[in-house]
Amino acid sequence: MRTRSTMQTVALSLRNTLWLLAALAMVAAPHVERLPWWVSALAAMLLLWRIHLGRSRLPLPRKWLLLIIVAGAAAGIYLHYRTLFGRDAGVTLLIVMLALKTLETNSQRDGILLIFLGYFIVITNFLYSQTISTALYMLLCVWVITATMIGLHYTRPHPGYRHQLRSAALLLAQSAPLMLVLFLFFPRVQGPLWGLPQDAFSGVSGMSETMSPGSIINLSLSDAVAFRVEFKSPVPAQRNLYWRGPVMWNFNGRTWTARPYLYYFGELRFDADNPAVDYSVTLEPHNDRWLFALDLPVTIPPTAVITRDFHLRSREPLTSRIRYDMKSYPGYRLGLDETPDMRQRALQLPPDTNPRAAEFGRRLREKFADDRALMGEVLAMFRNEKFFYTLDPPPLGEHPVDDFLFKTRSGFCEHYASSFAVLMRAAGIPARVVTGYLGGEINPLGNYMIVRQADAHAWTEVWLAGEGWVRVDPTAAVSPLRIESGAAAAVPQTGPLPMFARGGYAWLKQMRFSWDSLANSWNQWVLGYNPERQRTLLLRAGFDDATWRTLAVILIIATGFITLVLALLMLRKMGRTERDPVRLAYLRFCAKLGRKGLPRSPAEGPQDYALRLARLRPDLAAGIAAITQLYVALRYGSDAGSGTMQSLERQVRKFKA
Amino acid sequence: MYAALKNQLYNWLFQPRGPQTGPIVLVQRRVFILPTRHGMGFAAVLLLMLAGSVNYNLSLGFILTFLLGAMGITAMLHTFRNLANLRLSTGRAQPVFAGSMARFTVCIENTGDSDRYSIGLTRDKHEAEFIDVPARQTVFLGTGVPAPRRGLLAPGRLTLFTRYPLGLYYAWAYLELDMHCVVYPRPAPPGLPLPAMTSSAGQGAEHGQGQEDFFGLRQYHPGDSSRHIAWKAVARDQGLLTKQFSGRADSELWLAWELLPPRMDLEEKLSRLTRWVLDANALGLSFGLRLPDNTIPVASGDAQRGRCLEALALFDAATLK
Repeated sequence: MRTRSTMQTVALSLRNTLWLLAALAMVAAPHVERLPWWVSALAAMLLLWRIHLGRSRLPLPRKWLLLIIVAGAAAGIYLHYRTLFGRDAGVTLLIVMLALKTLETNSQRDGILLIFLGYFIVITNFLYSQTISTALYMLLCVWVITATMIGLHYTRPHPGYRHQLRSAALLLAQSAPLMLVLFLFFPRVQGPLWGLPQDAFSGVSGMSETMSPGSIINLSLSDAVAFRVEFKSPVPAQRNLYWRGPVMWNFNGRTWTARPYLYYFGELRFDADNPAVDYSVTLEPHNDRWLFALDLPVTIPPTAVITRDFHLRSREPLTSRIRYDMKSYPGYRLGLDETPDMRQRALQLPPDTNPRAAEFGRRLREKFADDRALMGEVLAMFRNEKFFYTLDPPPLGEHPVDDFLFKTRSGFCEHYASSFAVLMRAAGIPARVVTGYLGGEINPLGNYMIVRQADAHAWTEVWLAGEGWVRVDPTAAVSPLRIESGAAAAVPQTGPLPMFARGGYAWLKQMRFSWDSLANSWNQWVLGYNPERQRTLLLRAGFDDATWRTLAVILIIATGFITLVLALLMLRKMGRTERDPVRLAYLRFCAKLGRKGLPRSPAEGPQDYALRLARLRPDLAAGIAAITQLYVALRYGSDAGSGTMQSLERQVRKFKA
Repeated sequence: MYAALKNQLYNWLFQPRGPQTGPIVLVQRRVFILPTRHGMGFAAVLLLMLAGSVNYNLSLGFILTFLLGAMGITAMLHTFRNLANLRLSTGRAQPVFAGSMARFTVCIENTGDSDRYSIGLTRDKHEAEFIDVPARQTVFLGTGVPAPRRGLLAPGRLTLFTRYPLGLYYAWAYLELDMHCVVYPRPAPPGLPLPAMTSSAGQGAEHGQGQEDFFGLRQYHPGDSSRHIAWKAVARDQGLLTKQFSGRADSELWLAWELLPPRMDLEEKLSRLTRWVLDANALGLSFGLRLPDNTIPVASGDAQRGRCLEALALFDAATLK
């Protein structure tokens, strides 16, 4: 029953070692598909080696050997990733270190360290996948790790693995309500807090000053909010919501760039006819300088400047959220008097790139003298031939515009904008690419519009004599839905498996729909829970304009309340509980006397007590004697008879001191 | 000033009450709890995970961090509950010789319905012994206390503690139970000859008990040396009888203080006497012990040994002056 030990240097038992290794292997397993194969093999070998050493009670390897392995693995990882930092290389390094650490883990203290590392590996898995199945699997991992941690704190004899798992499950289950409160009310800050490694979120980021095939696609998969808009005048139609960002003039055959910016210092000059739109924009920080405004802005925020192509730029990089009031004219005529220099700039094409597109443009020019007719021809081609709008376009080769126009023919707004501009330039029509966002979603709760990164868009402007710069959105030709209802609606549903398409699988279909709606809720409420959602939730709960202080108070009260309830539930029934009915009855009798100032002293037996009482209160002697006799008979007698218990209960009940 | 404040705080917090005789129930006021170093480490890991979750906007990272954070709070309740409401009372402490370890045993009664795991008992926070206390059971848990000097040894303040289940918290209760262990003087090295059978003063030596001549049998009393039991009588079903020997009074074995050189160190004398008691008992002799303040009449057996050793252990040096 007993073990004696000094407190810090308890050796790790084989049982605990195996638990630990199993838990770590479980939690690292999902990384295997992403790791270089030799890293997975090395880690598996190291774990097996540790199991072997543990089972045959051999000493652990020397430090210098481990150091050599560390150095070798680090070199290998460097060669593979060309860096030791960033998400992928970092995780790989962590896994190798973890596997090596097991080889020098022989004490309970090191075991705890490995447990903490195990919890940390759980979170690295979320960098890659946050699906429901990942979450469930990781919950299993956390359960096993916690059970391992409990196992480390048993003293022998071990109560068994069932007890270990049950205790861990209980701990986690009891923690769930608190977790929920923390999740909902912990003051959320919009990340990132520090510069992310370059590969941190390939796919989630803001606009860019350059546009090459693939750059906007990455944005389109992100649900992050780009900015929010409150309209003071009626909300323009969805198809007019072109949020103007960097305008790109320079093309190198693959990539469009906005630099250099030509700033505008005179008065803004353009012809506007329709009524103006008044609104204010709250822009999420993106650590760069561009601001967004509806086509075509007329006011310049105090901290901003505007370029000659009407792109607003902040004077300082935006590191925190800003809000600015804007006025725009959706109906406008711009650049009627554009200088020949600028027109020339909008015609440059790098020689020897995309030769087929250039040739195609020249031939169009020969066919059509009228610019409008030429443009109509190209748009008709996009619309009528087999061009597809997809978020997952095939990769493009050395001449991306050629490849797109004549081979793959499936792409995204940037492919269409880029190739359209190239064709225009080849045909001698000045053209430029405008990037920004298109559309937005009205939030009925707050009555404002949310524009997300997924709304990122690219379109073109061409210069026509007598009309100036005219916006042409070639994506609209291919996918009018994109313009009318947003990117998500425009992407065709990846066709269901043929099995689902056939009839007779109604329940399967039903299951698929249920799963889909579950996944949707998961996205909305778990993955999508952000500072914005938190505000909305608090607004619904009646907290207008909740500051972090409100949140802190809610959090403290709720946490305190739940902890208190948990403590009361856990700590009740802790004291001595008497279950013997005979003794209970006798104790009731003693309590009656105790209230009259005649308590039984702890060392006094029932008989002595009865004698003493008889002396002190002769009037009660008969009742006391009867009860004492019954009690003694029941408790110490060999056979008290069946009615004795009831008779004792009755006597005690009747007894009046 | 600072020391006084600290003392005040200590007194208020831990309320030292002095040794207690009755059972101690670990009510909430008596159980203290603090995070361990591992607990601090856990918190640091959680902060790191929180920062990572914010930075990478990992919703599941938040959930994991909050789940583990909540578990950190729940674990505190579990650790506390593991110790709360135990009933502790004094166990036994067998006498030991000075220079060895005394073992104090504490009786732990779990009156509640939940099992308790990995309850440790320690005196110096370095060495501890652990035990599990299942629901509604009573166990004994001991701790070793070095006994450097003869006399009565109190264990001092013992600490009953636990880190179960996660090791993030250390819950403890101080025990000052009224327990004593008799520590006999350290025996002098063996090999000293026993003193000669000395003549007792006076003439009253008609039939003092001695070792030489058998003169009869009497009823066995507990404490009689097993060597003097009349085994033949036992074999004849006459019950346990003790052989009595007549001897001249001067043949009594008196282990006396004054036999030792007067200039000998006090503790040294006690050591010598202790050795004699052990040797005399091992030989099955009847012997008496004479100390300046105390005389133990001649008798034999383990009870006599215990009486004599206890007298030696508790000998008060002040009586010499």
